[in-house]
Amino acid sequence: MATQSTASSAVSRGDAQGSVIADALKEAFYAGLIAFGMFVLIIGLKTDQNIRNELIVVQRWNVLIAVVAIVAIGRFIFSAFIWPEVERRRAVAGKKKKVVAEPGFIRRNISVIGIVFLFIFPVLAVWLSGLQGSLKWIDNFGIQVLIYVMLAWGLNIVIGLAGLLDLGYVAFYAVGAYTYALLGTEYGLSFWILLPAAGAMAALWGVLLGFPVLRLRGDYLAIVTLAFGEIIRLVLINWREVTNGSAGISGIPKITFFGFFNFDVSSPLYIGKVFDLPTSGVYYKIFLYYLIVILALVTAFVTVRLRRMPIGRAWEALREDEIACRSLGINTTNTKLTAFAIGAMFGGFAGSFFAARQGFINPESFIFLQSAIILAIVVLGGMGSLIGIAIAALVMIGGMEALREMQFLKIAFGQGFTPELYRMLLFGLAMVVVMVWKPRGFVGSREPTAFLRKRKAVSGAFTAEGHG
Amino acid sequence: MTATASDPILKVEHLSMKFGGLVAVGDLSFEARRGEITALIGPNGAGKTTVFNCITGFYKPSEGMITMTRRDGTAYLLERLPDFMIPAKAKVARTFQNIRLFSGMTLLENLLVAQHNKLMQASGMTVLGLFGAPAYRKASAESRDLATYWLEKADLLDRADDPAGDLPYGAQRRLEIARAMCTGPELLCLDEPAAGLNPKESLALNTLLNDIKDNTGTSILLIEHDMSVVMQISDHVVVLEYGRKISDGDPASVKSDPKVIAAYLGIDDQEVENVLVEVGDEHVIEELDGTPDPEHGPAASASMMAGPISETIEHAADFEGLVKIAPGASKADRVASGGTPDAPEPPSGSTLDDDLTLIRGIGPVNARMLREHGVTSFAQIAAWNEADVAAVEAYLEFDGRIAREDWIGQARKLTGDPAPGDATSGGRG
Repeated sequence: MATQSTASSAVSRGDAQGSVIADALKEAFYAGLIAFGMFVLIIGLKTDQNIRNELIVVQRWNVLIAVVAIVAIGRFIFSAFIWPEVERRRAVAGKKKKVVAEPGFIRRNISVIGIVFLFIFPVLAVWLSGLQGSLKWIDNFGIQVLIYVMLAWGLNIVIGLAGLLDLGYVAFYAVGAYTYALLGTEYGLSFWILLPAAGAMAALWGVLLGFPVLRLRGDYLAIVTLAFGEIIRLVLINWREVTNGSAGISGIPKITFFGFFNFDVSSPLYIGKVFDLPTSGVYYKIFLYYLIVILALVTAFVTVRLRRMPIGRAWEALREDEIACRSLGINTTNTKLTAFAIGAMFGGFAGSFFAARQGFINPESFIFLQSAIILAIVVLGGMGSLIGIAIAALVMIGGMEALREMQFLKIAFGQGFTPELYRMLLFGLAMVVVMVWKPRGFVGSREPTAFLRKRKAVSGAFTAEGHG
Repeated sequence: MTATASDPILKVEHLSMKFGGLVAVGDLSFEARRGEITALIGPNGAGKTTVFNCITGFYKPSEGMITMTRRDGTAYLLERLPDFMIPAKAKVARTFQNIRLFSGMTLLENLLVAQHNKLMQASGMTVLGLFGAPAYRKASAESRDLATYWLEKADLLDRADDPAGDLPYGAQRRLEIARAMCTGPELLCLDEPAAGLNPKESLALNTLLNDIKDNTGTSILLIEHDMSVVMQISDHVVVLEYGRKISDGDPASVKSDPKVIAAYLGIDDQEVENVLVEVGDEHVIEELDGTPDPEHGPAASASMMAGPISETIEHAADFEGLVKIAPGASKADRVASGGTPDAPEPPSGSTLDDDLTLIRGIGPVNARMLREHGVTSFAQIAAWNEADVAAVEAYLEFDGRIAREDWIGQARKLTGDPAPGDATSGGRG
C-alpha cells in the first residue's frame, strides 16, 4: 500500500494550496481508486477449485471493499492530520535547533525502569491473566523476546563495537545448544556446569572462525561468516552418529534450581511438593524467565563494563580505523579474536538456555534466517546501543508474537487468514520505516566511554559504523 | 646542525623497497640523531612516505636494515618486528598524511586508545579491570592525566568531550600528533604535518613540535613540503629524489646544494647556473659544471624511473606552487610565514644584485628578462620615470601592470629598508 501513498503524495505536493481537508479528500479518493485498480483482480477475484475439480472464480467483494476503504481512510487521515502535524513539528524543530532538550524522566531512567519492569513482568502476567493464562505471556513473549535480546547483545559486541560484520552468528547459538543437549543427555551433567562449558565451546569456535578470517573485512568477512554458519548447520544435519541428524535431540534435561528443587513432576524434589503448591507448568516457565533475565543482564553488564575497559575502546577504535590502531601499537589480531570469542560466548550461553527451554533441538532451529533476524535487530536498534537493541527486539519478536493474537483480522480478511504468516512482512515494514525515519537505528548516537567535563552523546554521523 | 656526540636514534642502512619492477626506494642510508628534528624532503613521488611505511612497519622492505636504538640502549631491527610491535616495543609513533583519527570517538577517547598497551597490562588483560582492581584504577587515572596534558599542549582541552570528526582540519592534525605522543614514543614520525594548514595553524604546529622536542626528548622524523616548517624547525635534512638520497645535512647546506635545487626546480643545467649566478655562489657553479655525482646523482641511478636531470622538467614544473624552494615562490613563502625574519645570513655575494622577485608582480621570468636588460637592483627600479615604465612595459609585454602593482613604490621601500635576506632570496628555501 506504500505505492498508493507515494503516488498520491506526489499529487499532494503539486497542489500545495487549498484547504487541507479538501485536498485530503481528493487524495483519499485517488488512493482508493488506485487501490481498487490494483486489487480488483488480486483480491476481488480468486480462482479456486470446486468439488468436481473445476476451476471457478470466487468473488470477494467485501474483502476488496475493506482493503480499498482502509487505503482511502488511511490516506485521508495521513494527509489531513498526520502530515500537517509532521510538517509543523519539523518547522518548530528547525527554528529552535540550538536548544538541546533536557531528556525527560523516562528517557533518563529508561534502563532502571526497564529492569524493574522485567522483574515484575511475570507477577503482572499471573495477576492479570491467571496462572495458566500467564504461560503464553511469560513463555511466548517474555522468554522469546529475551533470548533474542541476549543474542542481539552478544552480536552487538562483534558488529556494533568491533565493526566485524558477522552473518553466521547463529552457528555459535547452535554450538551452545548442541553442547548442552549432547552433554546433558549423554552424561547427565547439570545445566549449571554445562552453561559455562557451552559458552567456552562457542568462544572456542569463535576463535577458530576468527583465525582464518582475520584479514578480511566488510563484505568478504560477511560472506565467510555466512558460509561458516551454513557449514555448522550442515555438519549438524549430516553427522548422524553424534547429532542424530535432522531428527534432532529430544529429552534434553530440564534445569534444576541448583539441585534444591526441580520442575520434574515425578521427582520427589518437584517444586510443587517442596513448597506445597498445585502442580503447574508455569513454575518452570517463570523460573526460565528469571534465568534468561539474569543471563541477558549479565551480557549487558559485561558489555557496558568492557566498553569502558581498554579492550572495549580498542574494539571501537578498530571499527573506526584499523590502520590507525596498528600505528598505536594495538594488536589487532588479538583484539578481533577477543571480540569474536566474547560475542560467540554469549551466543553459546543463549544456545544452551534455548536447548534447556525447548527440551528438543534440531538443525532447523539454526537456519540463516535466525542470523538475519538477529542482525536486523542489531541494525534496527542502532549499532552499539544496548537500549536500542532491546527495544528493537521487543518490537520485532514481540510484534511477531503479537500477530498471533490478532484474530480479529479474520473478520476483515476471512476465516482462512492466518496473521502469523505475515510476520516477515512486518519485519520488512519495520525495517523500511525505521531506516527512513531513523537511518542509524532507534538509538543513533554513541555514548562516550570516558569524559573530562560532560558526557555528550556522539552523533552517529561521525562513527564509522557499517564499514566493517 | 652541531656535531655534538648525539648518537643516532634511527639508523637506516641500504634500505630498498621494490613494488614489482618499480624501485620506490633504492639503497637509502641515513641517520636520525637523538633529540633532533630530522626532515625528509623531496619532490612528490620521491619515496618519502614509502620510507616512513618501512620504518613504521606498514611495508616490509625488500632489502636493508632499520635499527632503532632506545634510550636504555636496546636496539630493535624494525624490519623484523610485526607492525603493531613497532609502536609498542620500539616506541616509534607515527601520524598519517591523510589524517586517521577515530572520528566517532571523543578526543579524550582517542588519546586513551593510544595508551591501550599500558592500560591492558594494568587491567591484567581486562580480567582484573573488570573487577575494579586498584592497580587498574590508578593506571586509568594516570592515563587520563596524560591525555589531559597532551590535550592542553595541543590546545584542545576545551573540546575534550567532542567527537574527533567534529574538529576543524588543523585541530585534527594537532590531535593526531597528541595521540601519537600518548603512546610515549621515543621517535615520532610525522607525515606532512603542515599539509593543508593555514599560516597561523602552521605556526602553532611549529610551536608544538619544538615543545615536544625540548620537553619530552622525543626525536622527530618528519616528511614535509612546507619549506617554512622544514627550515625553521629541523636540525637535519635528508633530501630524496626517485627513491635515492641526493643530499643530507643541516638546512643551510641542503638548501644551497645544487642537486637539491635541480631536483626541486627541475630546470636544466643552464638555468641552474642562472639561479646560482643570482645567488652568487661561485663554488657551487664550479661544482655543477662537472658531471652529476655518480654516487647519488639521478643520471647514474639504477632506478627505472630515474633519468637525466633535464627529463625532470615537465613533472617538476607542476610543483612550483607547492615547493617553496623556487626563487619565484620565495616571496609567497615570506607571506606564508607571516614575515618572520627567518632568512639565513647573507653570503659574500654582491649586494648590488638584488632579488627582483621580492617585488610583487615580478616573477622569475621577468626578473631574468630585466636582468638581461641590465636592471639588477631595486635602486634602478625606484629611479624609473614614466618613460622608463612605458619602455619596460613594452619590453615585458605588459599593459599598465607596473603602475598597478606599484613596482616603483615597492622598490623604493626595499631600497630604503633593505630586508636582511633580499640579496640571497634566490637561494633560500
